[in-house]
Amino acid sequence: MSFSAAKCVQPLPLNSTTPRSTEKPLSFDPFRTSSSFLGSTHKLRFNGLSKTAQHNSHSRSAVVAVSDVVQEKKTKAISNLLITREEGLELYEDMVLGRAFEDMCAQMYYRGKMFGFVHLYNGQEAVSTGFIKLLKKEDSVVSTYRDHVHALSKGVPARAVMSELFGKATGCCRGQGGSMHMFSKEHNLLGGFAFIGEGIPVATGAAFSTKYRREVYKDPNADQVTLAFFGDGTCNNGQFFECLNMAALWKLPIVFVVENNLWAIGMSHLRATSDPEIWKKGPAFGMPGVHVDGMDVLKVREVAKEAIERARRGEGPTLVECETYRFRGHSLADPDELRDPAEKKRYAERDPISALKKYIFENKLASEEELKAIDKKIDEIIDDAVEFADESPLPLRSQLLENVFADPKGFGIGPDGRYRCEDPKFTEGTAHV
Amino acid sequence: MATIFQGVGAATAFSASNSFDSQKLHLPSRRSLSERKASIFVVRSDARVNQARNGGARRAESLISTAVATKPDSSAASTSSKPGHELLLFEALREGLEEEMDRDPSVCVMGEDVGHYGGSYKVTKDLAQKYGDLRVLDTPIAENSFTGMGIGAAMTGLRPVVEGMNMGFLLLAFNQISNNCGMLHYTSGGQFKIPIVIRGPGGVGRQLGAEHSQRLESYFQSIPGIQMVACSTPYNAKGLMKAAIRSENPVILFEHVLLYNLKERIPDEEYVLSLEEAEMVRPGEHVTILTYSRMRYHVMQAAKTLVNRGYDPEVIDIRSLKPFDLYTIGNSVKKTHRVLIVEECMRTGGIGASLTAAINENFNDYLDAPVVCLSSQDVPTPYASTLEDWTVVQPAQIVTAVEQLCQ
Repeated sequence: MSFSAAKCVQPLPLNSTTPRSTEKPLSFDPFRTSSSFLGSTHKLRFNGLSKTAQHNSHSRSAVVAVSDVVQEKKTKAISNLLITREEGLELYEDMVLGRAFEDMCAQMYYRGKMFGFVHLYNGQEAVSTGFIKLLKKEDSVVSTYRDHVHALSKGVPARAVMSELFGKATGCCRGQGGSMHMFSKEHNLLGGFAFIGEGIPVATGAAFSTKYRREVYKDPNADQVTLAFFGDGTCNNGQFFECLNMAALWKLPIVFVVENNLWAIGMSHLRATSDPEIWKKGPAFGMPGVHVDGMDVLKVREVAKEAIERARRGEGPTLVECETYRFRGHSLADPDELRDPAEKKRYAERDPISALKKYIFENKLASEEELKAIDKKIDEIIDDAVEFADESPLPLRSQLLENVFADPKGFGIGPDGRYRCEDPKFTEGTAHV
Repeated sequence: MATIFQGVGAATAFSASNSFDSQKLHLPSRRSLSERKASIFVVRSDARVNQARNGGARRAESLISTAVATKPDSSAASTSSKPGHELLLFEALREGLEEEMDRDPSVCVMGEDVGHYGGSYKVTKDLAQKYGDLRVLDTPIAENSFTGMGIGAAMTGLRPVVEGMNMGFLLLAFNQISNNCGMLHYTSGGQFKIPIVIRGPGGVGRQLGAEHSQRLESYFQSIPGIQMVACSTPYNAKGLMKAAIRSENPVILFEHVLLYNLKERIPDEEYVLSLEEAEMVRPGEHVTILTYSRMRYHVMQAAKTLVNRGYDPEVIDIRSLKPFDLYTIGNSVKKTHRVLIVEECMRTGGIGASLTAAINENFNDYLDAPVVCLSSQDVPTPYASTLEDWTVVQPAQIVTAVEQLCQ
């Protein structure tokens, strides 16, 4: 379907079927009632922000609407199920891998095996798995500082990620990147960006490359999709807005995936953002905006499928807001004392892995033994990754200067008239640069 | 963000008369010189052990290193019977860009007003018509994002040339230039290359005001993993543009607002310059004057006076601002034993400061006098022409500095 100007106003067609928001009582307070949106229990003072209430009711409808789409589609299918057995097991395995990997990271961090800032993904697995498992290998992923699990979902071996975290030469970036800078050219993982927002333009550039190959090189196979992952905090950064604009302007094959975990370290999303419904910023830029329950991998997957296919067809970008929650502090250095225990508990009860498990059992897609076998397999993978990382060598001094320049002539010409990189001290890593 | 149109007109005036308003500039600057002498001559002593390396191994590659315009007193006037073709500096940049776009379909341009408008200094004039809107991409005014987009495109197989409409605007892209241009190849363990060129007009123009008169090379020089070159003649502008595009490294190409309309005859045949080599502008014996970009012309003007007074200065356009060509610089220092650096960059933390350090570290034994560095004053570039003139180094100051240095 092409994205006509008329639809720009309300890219989610089902929005129009919802009651006019003005019909809602104006005294409605979204943050004190049982709103499905933004589950933070963080207290806010409202001074008659009836507008927010209106927006909220709108958003709720949108979420429901998406779910309705999903349900409707499935009833038409032969089976009522959202996923096949194989898909279910793949999703389960990927989510368990992400969870177990991060838990092991915490252990290794406290044991002094890794250092620096380590941001764990626990609780958000449905987003990574729901999106990335739909990608082809040629598709690209751009992540943030919370990137281990995106790397794993994209197929980077656990050994390479763990080894990178241990700062070893066998890491996916030879130990030169670390927790927040995971890259894999082979898997088209373009990073690992440690500052807020800076990955979004890079992702936009990757999507631009695809369009360029298709239109300038006339390559019919250039249908790769780029996913840009980032959080709610980033959505108040200029690069987010700038890139939504450019991506929509040029119809780039990209999906902007907001992992709204409600907290930017200690800043509540509600305290930081004038209109907390991030998905609505999509239509403002002329692209669909979708709000989805980020704790439900099946819902994420349905939305992701549509957004990715839309990008692949050349119909432009989509903004997807996945409402999720991190089960641990911002990083392992964060004591996580600020967030309300009741809020944490509420989300813990909605653990995306347990939810998928429940779905699998209820629909008899697999037995408990089968899932346990997967758990065991993952435990072995993680143990193997730790063992591999532990036994791997630290980078040698000779590595120090190797990747500063792609062309080492960038080190310049020395007093003797030779390119400095020809000096053996450069291969030894002992040269003074 | 304001656009500057002033460059074209102003530069025409500049190139039309090679004397460059010498009378107008000499008088006030002499006056100012006497007032500020103390601040100009900062004696630098560096007690470091000399690490000068001997040996004259020949350079692996021999590239064209002299340009028609590098004759000591290049004249804009050339007869049409000479080989080559005559063009302005902005046209030379454009020619280099066009040749590379013809040669390699992955080369593309992005930036503000580079397409339909042809670039605010016309470096990309008519290229959009020839190559289409995608290869010559007009971007919204969003420096950090379109620079980042260029980086993402470079990581995935393109060779983008990103134009900063004014170099100063690239301050808004500093995060992308530093974190991603400079570091990403390294942090990715060498997996991703960033063959990007970031270019644009900088420097002190004609009363452009503080924000549009910045010399960002001082800010960018400490970013690891990038190379920086500054062009100063149509010949080297074209050769450096082509080299920058072909480089696997991210390269920042500095152009100067006042040099776009410099005219020169350049060869018809294709040539590419080395990004790492300095350019011998005028061989001499008494003192080495290291300069780059527009200050090259202030130096050459001073050189004329100096020659009349019996001095024989050697003038080198360092061209590569990062890394420095220590071979060319070193050979000169070994010959003259005296160094004067003339730059438009800021005094504190500028290119001159780094160059001084590099010379002291490498060639201290060959120096008969401390390195002298003439830089711009550490003030926001003033609007008023008198104040602006006193901010940047003027030819008279160079003459005085050389006379003192050679005493």
